Amino acid sequence: MSTELETRTEPTEAPPSTVAPEVARLPELEIKPPGRFSGVGLREIWAYRELLYFLTKRELQIRYKQSYLGFAWALVQPVALTFIFALFFGRLAGLSSEGIPYPVYALGGLVPWIFTSGAVAGATGSLVTDANLIGKVYFPRATIPAAKMLSLVIDFVIAFVFLLLFALVYGVSLHWTAFYIPLLLALDFAVVLGVGLFFSALNVRYRDVFVAVPLLMQLWLFVSPVVYSGALVQGWWRYVYALNPMATVLTGFRWALFDTHSPGLGPTLVSTAVALVLLAGGSLYFRRVENYFADVI
Amino acid sequence: MRADLAIQAEGLGKQYQLGRFQGGYELLSERIAKLMNRGGNGKGRERFLALDDVSFEVEQGETLGILGRNGAGKSTLLKILSRVTPPTRGSVRIRGRVGALLEVGTGFNMELTGRENVFLNGAILGMRRTEIMRKFDDIVAFAEVERFIDTPVKRYSSGMYIRLAFSVAAHLEPEVLIVDEVLAVGDAAFQKKCLGKMGEVTREGRTVVFVSHNTAAIENLCRSAIVLERGQVVYSGGVKEAVGVYMTQVLSTVTATSLRDREDRGGTGAVRLTSFRVEDDAGKPVVGARTGETCSLVFDYECPSGSPQRNVLASFAISTATGAPLILHRTNFTGDDFDVLPPVGSIRCTIPRFPLIPGTYLITTYIEVGGELADHLTVAAQLDVEPGDFFGTGHTGIAGHSPFLTEGSWSVSESV
Repeated sequence: MSTELETRTEPTEAPPSTVAPEVARLPELEIKPPGRFSGVGLREIWAYRELLYFLTKRELQIRYKQSYLGFAWALVQPVALTFIFALFFGRLAGLSSEGIPYPVYALGGLVPWIFTSGAVAGATGSLVTDANLIGKVYFPRATIPAAKMLSLVIDFVIAFVFLLLFALVYGVSLHWTAFYIPLLLALDFAVVLGVGLFFSALNVRYRDVFVAVPLLMQLWLFVSPVVYSGALVQGWWRYVYALNPMATVLTGFRWALFDTHSPGLGPTLVSTAVALVLLAGGSLYFRRVENYFADVI
Repeated sequence: MRADLAIQAEGLGKQYQLGRFQGGYELLSERIAKLMNRGGNGKGRERFLALDDVSFEVEQGETLGILGRNGAGKSTLLKILSRVTPPTRGSVRIRGRVGALLEVGTGFNMELTGRENVFLNGAILGMRRTEIMRKFDDIVAFAEVERFIDTPVKRYSSGMYIRLAFSVAAHLEPEVLIVDEVLAVGDAAFQKKCLGKMGEVTREGRTVVFVSHNTAAIENLCRSAIVLERGQVVYSGGVKEAVGVYMTQVLSTVTATSLRDREDRGGTGAVRLTSFRVEDDAGKPVVGARTGETCSLVFDYECPSGSPQRNVLASFAISTATGAPLILHRTNFTGDDFDVLPPVGSIRCTIPRFPLIPGTYLITTYIEVGGELADHLTVAAQLDVEPGDFFGTGHTGIAGHSPFLTEGSWSVSESV
């Protein structure tokens, strides 16, 4: 019996090699003090795309859990504001809506505007809300504000479909220029991403930002053609007005859908340049300070 | 980097600016005030070196323990290794995918279900979606929460929550795993299971860096360790010697520093223990407890705010001189939580017939105010126990065979 057992013990092990061959092929990482400029880091965000997906999903899940209306909430804000604006600005003040029914005109501006202001405000507080994650785990920090913004894109899509139906009900037909919508959205996203990243990073250092942003968004609303028509601005002033890229986004949005007055090529180029500056500035600032979020937050 | 190394740290340093580090964020107005004052007085910001010229190497498949008191720089070192924060000086090279566990359940969300949290937490810890799906059943089974996996975790008991959170982490499979103290959670049986899982990990040839106050766990899992003190490596080598160095450090602070001046403490500071003493039956201060006799452990404290604190939980633990836990007492065990704690006073725990045999023990303290950690001192004091007549027979027990003495009586009866 005992001899049987002994013969069955494992064959003599090969002498342990000092290094397994696969070890040498492992990726090597170097951690050192960060340089001043480190690129935008898109490759890394791409590597963490699944985290971005789950963080976005979390935003949506939390927002609509235990909520009776669920995604219908995406419509409540634009519809309520459209109603108020139509009553006061359309009916009582009699603002021009360039020949189409004022409610459709207002909703056409409110849908992109609510996305823009919601995404900027949401991104601003997002890093601080997730301070705990930032202090404990490494990942590209931009995924947090980006997830917040992406979750609002879903709300935007719902509201946009509603806008199209709303226009049909009022008998406003869509124009072929609607194919320009993706370009205008790209412009909008550039603004949202640039401003959102900047404010979210700044808010880590200065909590004042979170308080100031809602006020700022209100001011921004009134310098953008949401309530009124951008056609009020004439001549040279159109270029000055276009320094606010949202002027082009909103005017363009209505022009593309309803064939109202066009933002014009010159002002559009001005807005595009400003949007790109915002995008570059916002993401570079974010990259420069994100390394130290864990120390400061 | 040498091919047999998994981690190579060279001259790591981390400097914090004190105002920023302690106060966290600053208000814009403060910043503006600072800018206005610039050029006035030059001192402004105080600097603090959390890590100073730390170098070490970890071989492939080795488990390295990191020991050090609170504030010695352990957390900062782990944060640098896990890339949460960058070093100010020096560099670390790491070969292989890094997984870091600085906390159990990072990113768990109360509103989400167990299933949703497993995926979210897995992604946060760096697991791929396909990897989580493949391991999902194992994760849930290890945590023993199968029945509740589609329930929001806010309805979980704290034990279930911690088990699920740990289970996700335990299924991480990076080549280099960095673990902080996370084993100090959960019930004893689950802790054991986790230690077992950690043991498996180290046997699988993965490289692990492990920080814990539990010297027994460190000795169990690691063959080598480094000891940090004030941000510097004061010992690097075999784990037995490292534990020795650490315990000497601990004891020297305990005897040399009054509790009031100790800086290696955790918590909000709403209550601070200032001194410790032992009193006998009659309330007279004594050198130590006496086996079998009534003694009181007395902790003097003060509330720096000067106002009384509400809903206070006090707790202390007694361990052997090498850190093995023996006794834990908490006010909520006996239903004695303090509704109101006067601004200055003494907290007293009276133990009839003190059960430990003579020797030197360590006391760790922990105070909560309103459910929030207020003061925590790992090894607050040393407790000496002197021989006493526990049984009333003059027999003091046999040292080495019975760390505790308990009451009991013997009898014999004849079977008919």
